[in-house]
Amino acid sequence: MAAAPAPARKRRRVDDRFVRFVAKPLVFALCLMPLAWIAWQALAVPGGLGANPIDTVNRFLGDWALRFLLISLAVSPVKEIAGLAVVMRFRRMLGLFAFFYVVLHLSSWIGLDQFFAWRHIWADIVKRPYITVGMLAFTLLVPLAVTSTSGMIKRLGARAWKRLHMLVYPAAMLACFHFLMLVKADVREPLVYAALLAVLLGWRAVTRWLPRPARPAEAAKPAPLRTP
Amino acid sequence: MLIRMRNSSDISPSEITPQSIYLDRRRFLAAGALGALGLAVGPGRTRAADAPAASPPAAAGTPPKLAPIARSPLSTDDPQTPFEAVTRYNNFYEFGTDKEDPVRNASKMHARPWRVTIGGLCAKPGAYDVDDLIRANRLEERIYRLRCVEAWSMVIPWVGIPMADVIRKAEPLGSAKFVAMRTLLDPQQMPGQRRGILEWPYVEGLRLDEATHPLTILAVGLYGEVLPNQSGAPIRLIVPWKYGFKSIKSIVALEFVEEMPPTSWNRQAPNEYGFYANVNPAVDHPRWSQARERRIGEFFRRETLPFNGYGEQVASLYAGMDLAKWY
Repeated sequence: MAAAPAPARKRRRVDDRFVRFVAKPLVFALCLMPLAWIAWQALAVPGGLGANPIDTVNRFLGDWALRFLLISLAVSPVKEIAGLAVVMRFRRMLGLFAFFYVVLHLSSWIGLDQFFAWRHIWADIVKRPYITVGMLAFTLLVPLAVTSTSGMIKRLGARAWKRLHMLVYPAAMLACFHFLMLVKADVREPLVYAALLAVLLGWRAVTRWLPRPARPAEAAKPAPLRTP
Repeated sequence: MLIRMRNSSDISPSEITPQSIYLDRRRFLAAGALGALGLAVGPGRTRAADAPAASPPAAAGTPPKLAPIARSPLSTDDPQTPFEAVTRYNNFYEFGTDKEDPVRNASKMHARPWRVTIGGLCAKPGAYDVDDLIRANRLEERIYRLRCVEAWSMVIPWVGIPMADVIRKAEPLGSAKFVAMRTLLDPQQMPGQRRGILEWPYVEGLRLDEATHPLTILAVGLYGEVLPNQSGAPIRLIVPWKYGFKSIKSIVALEFVEEMPPTSWNRQAPNEYGFYANVNPAVDHPRWSQARERRIGEFFRRETLPFNGYGEQVASLYAGMDLAKWY
């Protein structure tokens, strides 16, 4: 996570301003679209949430939490495969949006579905394996959100920070499992998510364990982008 | 040139029933029968329309001004779930696993003409057209609570025939201990059956004393109208003290048997769904609590009642049974 090197400075600065002032706000707004959509359905469309609105909202938020987890896990593979280094600039935002939707999903369960019936909530967390697994996934994501600031990265050091953030892998696996476990019979949808996750994690395993002799210079190459 | 001499006994063209009406005569008759019944259930419908979140049934006419006809004492006074919610949010895996799949896909099914066979261990087996079966029995309105195993519930004004009447006419033999029921198997009409989510056709069963209990009905309508396809047309079971999945839809066969028959969800996950499936807040589904439920249309969850609140009428059926074991 070193600072940008001097060469090609002029061109880079244009890119940087584009990313900062155009692309990032745009992606940020896009990431808010699911929330805006469900809010629109709730407030402006009569019956827009169907007969069981609380269930609709909770499932919708859970779906998007899982989707954003997968999207943020797709950033590194896209960077490597497509050679698009710039996508790394969006990884933190996407990861935090994943956490944002996880928090909303959990909040809608506690506040809407259970209406703060703590006794029942606790009983569910302890007794219902799919809820236990979901809570565990959430718990693993908390330190990642907390340490997402640049200051935290510095304080932890890049190595420790990277190692800590590998917790996103088990968290995503648990999230897929959480979905799979709650389905009654039709497991197609959770299996699609699980398959996508398997591809994303499998790609990491393959690239890590299979040495790529064709690119010996990679280690010496300076980090192409600074973390903003 | 041919000159036709009209005979007084000739049928004039205006008297001929249009073919479309002739071909649709059963639906016509059924609609007529249920239309008359609509008068009987008028007050129920008015009440629903007065409820805050209620929307009137699709084909609601002017509410009849006739004196109210006595409701069944077995009906509940709980506010009824709006027609829209009842017919747009339900499980009917034959048409897809999403709650809104049934209403989207059920129009592919032809609910008339429809044959129901009654057989097995009985003296008078037979195959009946569903409308003959309906006509041969008294139709009643039964406003029942329905509790889904997924912890949501509704209150639905069914129209149906007491199952005991149908069973009595078939004269089951002494050896008959259970009634096995079966849904239509036809992937052309029921696209959900093209995938092996459950073992098709859907099968269910009741102990004979459960099937002949006064609460148990074969429903053929709701809100005074012919049962919509997605709700299990043309004839379905309603056992209000059991989880919804026991109330098998679009029935084509009833069979009297000696042994406990297989049931679809029990076959799918025996540790999660029992044969009895009585609503029981004390016995949790392994994956979720059954202690509370969300009544569709309400914000707060409410406590689930043993036997869905029908304990007074049905608890004696299970005297001495360990209901945690026979879930």
